[in-house]
Amino acid sequence: MNKTRGDGSIFSRLSSTHIVYLVALLTLAVGSVLVATAGRSFFSPGNISSILTGTSVLGFIAIGQTLVILIGSLDLSVPYVTSLASLIAAGVMANNSANVLAGVLLALGVSALIGLFNGLIVSGLKVHGFIATLGMGLIISGYLATNFKGSFGQTPFSFRLVGATGLGPVPISTLIMLACAGLAMLLLHRTRVGHQIYAVGGNPNVARMSGIRIQTPVITAHVICSVMAGMAGLLLASRLGVGSPTVGSQGGYDLLSIAAVVLGGTLLAGGKGSITGTLGGVLIFAMMDNIMSVMQVNPFLKDVVRGIVIVVAVAVYARRRIVNRPLRFGHDGHSRQEMPGTEEAREVRA
Amino acid sequence: MSRTLTPSDRSAVLQQNRAGRGERFLRALRTPGGAVFVLLVALLAAIIAVNPSFGEPNSFIRFIGRTAPIAIAAIGQYFVIVSGEFDLSMGSVVTMQVITAGNLIGDDDAKVIPVLLLMFVLGAFIGLVNGLVTTLLRVPSFIVTLGMMLALLGLVLFWTGGAAQGNPADSFRQIGRGGIEGVPVLEVIPYPVIILAAVAALAFWLMRRPYGRTLIAAGDNPTAAALTGAPVWWIKTRAFMLSSLAATVSGILLVGYAGVHPSVGRGYEFTAITAVVLGGVVLGGGRGWVLSAAAGAFALESLFTLLNFVGVQSTWRDSVQGAIIIVAVAAAAKTWQRKRKGTAAPAQEVQPPNKAEQSEHHNGTTAR
Repeated sequence: MNKTRGDGSIFSRLSSTHIVYLVALLTLAVGSVLVATAGRSFFSPGNISSILTGTSVLGFIAIGQTLVILIGSLDLSVPYVTSLASLIAAGVMANNSANVLAGVLLALGVSALIGLFNGLIVSGLKVHGFIATLGMGLIISGYLATNFKGSFGQTPFSFRLVGATGLGPVPISTLIMLACAGLAMLLLHRTRVGHQIYAVGGNPNVARMSGIRIQTPVITAHVICSVMAGMAGLLLASRLGVGSPTVGSQGGYDLLSIAAVVLGGTLLAGGKGSITGTLGGVLIFAMMDNIMSVMQVNPFLKDVVRGIVIVVAVAVYARRRIVNRPLRFGHDGHSRQEMPGTEEAREVRA
Repeated sequence: MSRTLTPSDRSAVLQQNRAGRGERFLRALRTPGGAVFVLLVALLAAIIAVNPSFGEPNSFIRFIGRTAPIAIAAIGQYFVIVSGEFDLSMGSVVTMQVITAGNLIGDDDAKVIPVLLLMFVLGAFIGLVNGLVTTLLRVPSFIVTLGMMLALLGLVLFWTGGAAQGNPADSFRQIGRGGIEGVPVLEVIPYPVIILAAVAALAFWLMRRPYGRTLIAAGDNPTAAALTGAPVWWIKTRAFMLSSLAATVSGILLVGYAGVHPSVGRGYEFTAITAVVLGGVVLGGGRGWVLSAAAGAFALESLFTLLNFVGVQSTWRDSVQGAIIIVAVAAAAKTWQRKRKGTAAPAQEVQPPNKAEQSEHHNGTTAR
């Protein structure tokens, strides 16, 4: 660790977000070569469109997950919220265009309510986010398994268009996702609650002693996360034309979204990270998926590649984060050597 | 410590901490780790009230045998959680071991021992990789074991083509299925019960050894543990190895119990974490008793049995499990908070005023 201390090297001057996009660029380069050897073009409008489509569902969930992770919590209930939202939307719409607005609002409303409960349990009852949302996810999953045996409801044609059309090669769903990302960035960087999210995630005790009511940002983050999961559910309902009780859990969105967020350079312990990085992480996942589909990699091996990429990528940042912290006491005080330990203490809390 | 305390002083301090056996027992029951035993007894009583035949020694011992795999997994997960980490790869390790046994042993009795050894080596190796990547590369264990979970499951499914195949020799399946016949009262002692007892005893002993003490210290405050000279990286790595080895044992039992299928072991990591947390072990490390974790697994399993007997649809199992863990952890959070605020004060009042030094030391110990 001490060897990389030299602050002149280009590597240490890059922020995590830069690295994410460098990795994304690398994936792009490797992908275009690999896809070209398979005799197809990586940059054809069809392929670009399919990559972008792949980013949208995971993108929605990962944006919400970023907020929750930034505040030092986790959300494992997202896949079930996604399924529930798709069922509510398809059920309420019942193939009638007049009901689209009601379906969307109700689905998002229920999602927000679930997020509110998550936030209240985490901030009020002092239950670790991992357990609170795992429990909430299980509760919803029991409800889904009991009441829905298969796909349910139907979305009208006008609503299905949202998932099917695009501006040139860019699907509408991706544009909506990017708009949500923009809103989340505004929230994080321009509003009081956004700054509080970073403060509480960095150190809840210090935040509390500085006069921040911890409940507000925690609940806000959880509500937004669940609403985003609900948006993903709406998008899936629009794509499939029906609601499905297993669409979320089959996608494994809980763990994949956390992986995408961490891949995007956000600290799992909270307090440090960005939406931009998360979008990069989601893009890397989507490109990897696309490349492997084009190369016709065995679907089971895809998971192997994903797993290895996640760990390797995070290992790269994890080394950097230690180096990248500002010096507190001069240049070669022994306090420097305690940094890795402190860092470890932070990550353990995750 | 011995510098400031004469032996008579020390016995005075000890006297204050000493309560009657009964009182200490009751006090222990009020901690989250003790409360799980009360919960377990209550659940068992409820099951027997609904279905008296459950209380017969024969069916009760079979219940213990049925719960053994998840209890062993919970004990393994305990080591990792108490050291402040997560092991999400547990379910995939169980699946991998089940498939390995199914494919490599086949009908050949002679292969049982070598393949068993191979499975343990594989288990230890996976734990070693998890541990080293977590501690030396400083990747959060959540991510490391998540990656391991995806990669392992992918490899196993790729190997088998995603379908059930292979059927290990009967002698191997007997480990999870058979038992010692002809025991008075119980009729049969299933092997899983014996294995569980052995694993629990081993874990109990290990947690009283210096290793166990350091493990808890490393989970509570890794920086402090490192400053006292403990090799935190190697302690945590060994915890990951213990977890994977426990998953291996669960896998071996499950082969006999559930057969060979790639879906065996799915979701095991979350069930094990649930059981551990239900046992009052704190996520983030440093607090909790290993046998409470095993009791947590039993409480969870008896809850399912109870729901089953009462006639609740099995699909509601998840919901009940979810509600229970939230309530249990919320209650535990309240208790730990109260304990931290409460205990030191009354002991201080009884202290003779001229022994300020000693009272300080005394507070230091009780606050823990």
